[in-house]
Amino acid sequence: MAMWFARSRNLVSSLRQNLGLSAILIKRNHSSPRPVFTNYELSSKVFLDPSTSFRHESTAVESQPDLVQQSDHEDDAQELDFPGGKVGYTSEMKFIPESSSRRIPCYRVLNEHGKIISDSDFIPVSEKLAVRMYEQMATLQVMDHIFYEAQRQGRISFYLTSVGEEAINIASAAALSPEDVVLPQYREPGVLLWRGFTLEEFANQCFGNKADYGKGRQMPIHYGSNQHNYFTVSSPIATQLPQAAGVGYALKMEKKNACAVTFIGDGGTSEGDFHAGLNFAAVMEAPVVFICRNNGWAISTHISEQFRSDGIVVKGQAYGIRSIRVDGNDALAVYSAVRSAREMAVTEQRPVLIEAMTYRVGHHSTSDDSTKYREADEIQYWKMSRNPVNRFKKWVQDNGWWSEEDESKLRSSTRKQLLQAIQAAEKWEKQPLTELFNDVYDVKTKNLEEQEVGLKALVEKQPQDYPTGFHI
Amino acid sequence: MWGILGRRAVDGGFSASSLRRMRSGLVSARSYAAGSKEMTVRDALNSAIDEEMSADPKVFVMGEEVGQYQGAYKITKGLLEKYGPERVYDTPITEAGFTGIGVGAAYAGLKPVVEFMTFNFSMQAIDHIINSAAKSNYMSAGQINVPIVFRGPNGAAAGVGAQHSQCYAAWYASVPGLKVLAPYSAEDARGLLKAAIRDPDPVVFLENELLYGESFPISEEALDSSFCLPIGKAKIEREGKDVTITTFSKMVGFALKAAEKLAEEGISAEVINLRSIRPLDRATINASVRKTSRLVTVEEGFPQHGVCAEICASVVEESFSYLDAPVERIAGADVPMPYAANLERLALPQVEDIVRAAKRACFRSK
Repeated sequence: MAMWFARSRNLVSSLRQNLGLSAILIKRNHSSPRPVFTNYELSSKVFLDPSTSFRHESTAVESQPDLVQQSDHEDDAQELDFPGGKVGYTSEMKFIPESSSRRIPCYRVLNEHGKIISDSDFIPVSEKLAVRMYEQMATLQVMDHIFYEAQRQGRISFYLTSVGEEAINIASAAALSPEDVVLPQYREPGVLLWRGFTLEEFANQCFGNKADYGKGRQMPIHYGSNQHNYFTVSSPIATQLPQAAGVGYALKMEKKNACAVTFIGDGGTSEGDFHAGLNFAAVMEAPVVFICRNNGWAISTHISEQFRSDGIVVKGQAYGIRSIRVDGNDALAVYSAVRSAREMAVTEQRPVLIEAMTYRVGHHSTSDDSTKYREADEIQYWKMSRNPVNRFKKWVQDNGWWSEEDESKLRSSTRKQLLQAIQAAEKWEKQPLTELFNDVYDVKTKNLEEQEVGLKALVEKQPQDYPTGFHI
Repeated sequence: MWGILGRRAVDGGFSASSLRRMRSGLVSARSYAAGSKEMTVRDALNSAIDEEMSADPKVFVMGEEVGQYQGAYKITKGLLEKYGPERVYDTPITEAGFTGIGVGAAYAGLKPVVEFMTFNFSMQAIDHIINSAAKSNYMSAGQINVPIVFRGPNGAAAGVGAQHSQCYAAWYASVPGLKVLAPYSAEDARGLLKAAIRDPDPVVFLENELLYGESFPISEEALDSSFCLPIGKAKIEREGKDVTITTFSKMVGFALKAAEKLAEEGISAEVINLRSIRPLDRATINASVRKTSRLVTVEEGFPQHGVCAEICASVVEESFSYLDAPVERIAGADVPMPYAANLERLALPQVEDIVRAAKRACFRSK
């Protein structure tokens, strides 16, 4: 494998010398009039295992012929020297159109019936891996369903589901290495689930009990675990993007064989931090994989009201970042894309952008009723006919790796485990009073120590004013 | 001025005469050996960053113009040549961006020193300072700590108008999870910045542009590379028995001048340099007020919800029965900073304002 990587670097550097910058550069008219392909076309191929069945042609994102200006005028042979490099010029006044005639196509491997499309590029997945991926996708489904119900019953205060996005959650996690640092938005608990967070640990965080690693400091779904390299979920949108660039920079400086991986929704890309995060990661040449879950809705804001561009993938090139659009409901496509992106990020020390197209089947959260702003039919359609879990299940079943018996066993045991986890988490004690004052600073300051002493004395003096079971 | 800008002279004149007055004012037993060496605040900050970067490879500097330009105010002069572009990082113009990146790097174990060209620009990044840095250790129950320092000039300079003159001490000091420091002298600058860089919590380090060029005497101990001042301890710059004057940053110089003037009229003022706004050294302040029975608290920033308001509340809560007079607050005028020189002077506390307030506290009308 190392040999392949070495070859790619030489290819890449020689290509860089020949082709210069991006595909939008105007070519000199004495060379071929073909639109310029960027150098990632070749380098991405060498990372895939050559011993399996895949073709070499279709990995590249198609060029955008409309955007490359070509002309036969003599003047075009000259170049101008501006800050930023040489640029050819043209006497033909032509505006780059606001959108290309054809949208960037979406990479997929499995069709809707769970069959591999012939001649697809993809990284093969073993039976063991495929079965584990399927099990985790189904577990995530059951987990979301049961926690959502628990919130409706008033047992937890809040919950947020990932229904419809199970493939993105699990397949992306499966494609990463455990040393890769994940900075989530909030709809990616599947990544933590894959890395080994147990259902009991999820429940403890939602109930904010004594066993919660977050010590009851945060609302439900704000999971975090150092041990699993998964940063604590933070409510402000898109703040994790420049932070990911910073984490990538730290990994780069410490020469670690790892990258930062961060998630964002379609709505989050409107934040200023999206611009800063991507721009910086590109300038710093930081190993970061940006995964955008384009699920069509930002609470009640449809993507047609969010941006006028062709989704998020086209924005990558604006920052000098290699990008791909992938069918987010196709677990195999997501796996291949994330795995390739991760390798590129680490070996080439560059950011990569992945736009995963999907649909948010659930409400934004338990505080939302999405039937108020979208058709129930639309939700049903995506839930039943475009379900990523069912699609992958068909493929796994067709391979003879999964049966209906396995299915019912998994679902019922997971359900049972979750119900037990919830019951246990509910009964568990809450955090003691001392945890109110810890961790504000590394070492408690004097005023906090005084406040703690004062509050303890007060609770001891007037226990009737505090709830039963409240302990110091 | 205080040296660098070369504009009109302000109350206090040149450094030499103010130094003389300061030296005579340093009678406290706590002061180090006076006057053998001198250092500007700029050099003090530069040497502090240099020594900490040399001692710990995880420390790095980032900000606009910190590298090739040697720093907008030359605080990071020479660091790029010495440590290279990976550790002295020139950022694009996005406070929100580079603050987020700094916080992310700190999450991953590096120790960034993030420079804001002025803290007025930190408002564009304040979400990251508060929600990503200050609260993270608490929200993650100790799993994510953020050993970051945010530093830069704070408060009014001279003739820079409303958007470049606000003092942010009160804003940042109200947030649990942050530590907020405000040095005055070169020794403060060295000791507090070194302490800030070594501290595992996020620290907001409020400098003052007008103090950068000012020279202060500095002891041998303070010049040593292991020198460090404790965070959360105020310094009694001048001992006195009649009235306590508390302040921070540039106003310390004004308070010391006011103390000289008051001494001529028989009032012995104790001047406390807060050094640390959060945690606030309530113990020192209250001990002083219990000794003098009178309080005048001074700051440059806006009066409402200011640092002075917090000090007054603390003293009223803890030392009420010791007070012989109502507490006095001197703060900047409650207006966005005007540009015209005469208006700017009227919008900021001057030495006379401090003298008048101290006299009021001592029930002296003139």
